[in-house]
Amino acid sequence: MTHFKVYREDRWPHMFCPGCGIGTTMSCFQRAFVNQGIDLDKTAFVSGIGCSSRVSGYVYADSLHTTHGRGLAYATGLKLANRDLDVFVFTGDGDLGAIGGNHFIQACRRNMDLFVICVNNNNFGMTGGQASSTTLHGYTTSTTPGGNPEYPFDLARLAAAAGANYVARYTSAHPKQLIRVMEEGMNRKGFRFIEAWVACPVYFGRYNKLKTPVEHLEWLKENSVHIEQMKADGRTSEDDIDLHVAGKITVGVIRDAERKSYIESIEGDD
Amino acid sequence: MMGEELFLQGNRAVVEGALYAGCNFYAGYPICPSTEILEIMSTRMPETGGTLIQMEDELSSIAAVIGASWGGAKSMTATSGPGFSLMQENIGYAVITETPCVIVDVQRGGPSTGQPTLPAHGDIMQARWGTHGSHSIIALAPSNIKECYELTVEAFNLSEQFRTPVIILSDGELAHMRERIEITDMPIVNREQFPEGKVSFPVDPNEEGVSPFPTFGRGHRTHVTGLSHTIVGYPSEDTEVQGKLIDRIIGKIENNKDTICKYEIINPDAKHLLVAYGIPARSAKDVVLNREDFGLFRPLTVWPFPSKAFIRATEDVKSVLVVEMNEGQLFREVERHACRAGVENVGLCSKLDGEMPTPQDILESHADMEVDQ
Ligand SMILES: Cc1ncc(C[n+]2csc(CCOP(=O)(O)OP(=O)(O)O)c2C)c(N)n1
Ligand SMILES: [Mg+2]
Repeated sequence: MTHFKVYREDRWPHMFCPGCGIGTTMSCFQRAFVNQGIDLDKTAFVSGIGCSSRVSGYVYADSLHTTHGRGLAYATGLKLANRDLDVFVFTGDGDLGAIGGNHFIQACRRNMDLFVICVNNNNFGMTGGQASSTTLHGYTTSTTPGGNPEYPFDLARLAAAAGANYVARYTSAHPKQLIRVMEEGMNRKGFRFIEAWVACPVYFGRYNKLKTPVEHLEWLKENSVHIEQMKADGRTSEDDIDLHVAGKITVGVIRDAERKSYIESIEGDD
Repeated sequence: MMGEELFLQGNRAVVEGALYAGCNFYAGYPICPSTEILEIMSTRMPETGGTLIQMEDELSSIAAVIGASWGGAKSMTATSGPGFSLMQENIGYAVITETPCVIVDVQRGGPSTGQPTLPAHGDIMQARWGTHGSHSIIALAPSNIKECYELTVEAFNLSEQFRTPVIILSDGELAHMRERIEITDMPIVNREQFPEGKVSFPVDPNEEGVSPFPTFGRGHRTHVTGLSHTIVGYPSEDTEVQGKLIDRIIGKIENNKDTICKYEIINPDAKHLLVAYGIPARSAKDVVLNREDFGLFRPLTVWPFPSKAFIRATEDVKSVLVVEMNEGQLFREVERHACRAGVENVGLCSKLDGEMPTPQDILESHADMEVDQ
């Protein structure tokens, strides 16, 4: 199985719930990684805390499972100490957008040489389905029983605005496209950010009439619109992400830039 | 550098000590009175081939330092009160993952923003217990500029030898005063590397309880987690695994106190024993040099407290007086050992206002104890 070219056989089966989109994201990553022929011995994986952040513990490579929200800061130190390592970060919407929000925008701003995958399940899965900073307006979670009064972050646009070189978003209903943008990101420099919206039928789904994985996947598919389509339709970014205002999840490559990466900047041009 | 004489500020002495020890990664965030360490490092790191990054806060500074250590660097950060508070969770991560790194806390008056430019020793207990959970820690307290330099070298050596974070407890006074110091040769310790190659776990800990370090990027494919973990590094909820892990990481420090602990004793036969560390120890020394009936026990290693040596030093003393720039944080530790040793009179000379206790303050506190002279 190609799986165990990337993941640890002795830790299988993984801990994720049936229908959880982290599995899909892992499969996509594994495909992209193997297609690109990257040597696991020249990589390191870093993560924070959460279900999504547990992926680092399944990758058969040097891996650092750190503290909640701080994965990017650990990864920054690791990358700078050994610049030959390709450093990958797995994170969740809570880990990255809530507790780790500042590290996220700062690492994008620095254009730090990291490849980051955020599994966005619109809630805190590990702690039992509380609202996160990407929970949609009006949606229900265990801490927003009357509907979420807050508005969600658009993590991909945040990354792009903060200066990340490569930013793309798809959902677990778009595995092929996810693999494609992951591979493209692996061929870019600086901060590469892949946001994967995924099903969390056990928590987010249960509270929002998306109880089965299939229902959840269909919901993701129906509510996604490609960025080119969105432009053609004359839609604005304000229609974006917040499904409550009849917006859509914009998918596709949100930014593909060639700013010097942090390491290129400190090492100079010679 | 050997034999060279330098006229240094405390913060610069810390930087030069770190570089001597082989520090090649620094991450930090500015805060008084530690800021010069970051600023001086900003030129010294590139000069010596190392890496410096100014992070967005202290949470990320210590995180980057730990990450860099796994990348094979000898890494350090420096901060002061508010920043030290922010670092606590990740210091615990360094403890449980057994990551060598050095944290300099240039103490200032608190709580909260407190007195940014005045010295204090209010972080003695935070250094010991600031991060949650059962653990042990090594913390060193310099009293002069030479020790700012030498204890920084020592901090790196201990962190490498025992695979543990080491804290240097400096303060706002030491940070900014200047003294002439002579640089002497000191041994340098580097962490024992994991044997070359793929997962050959488990590698048994040595007799000190320390396993070799599987630096990333050498093909070991190590998993490192802040969760309780087996000897292979995988997370585990097994109570036996948790018990053994915590026992070992506490034991590797507590069982090696004879190697770790440094202290100074003056006038060992005196009737009254002063206990002081850091900058107030200078006033205590002044008392001892002028009064034959006073002796000094000065722990350079505050944590773990050199209890054996201290108990020995209390033999035949009539009183023990602890001098501190806090409300008695080390006092309680000293008192319990003094009681065990049968000393009845244990007092505290405490200064909380940012002024150093003077020799006069110490003698007055001693007079207040009303012990037979
Ligand atoms: C400092 C700290 N606060 C809170 C927690 C508890 N906690 C663990 S995971 C988590 C949320 C994770 O959410 P997300 O990153 O979205 O990951 P998911 O489980 O949804 O994949 C929280 C709040 C923690 N471990 N540490
Ligand atoms: Mg989540």
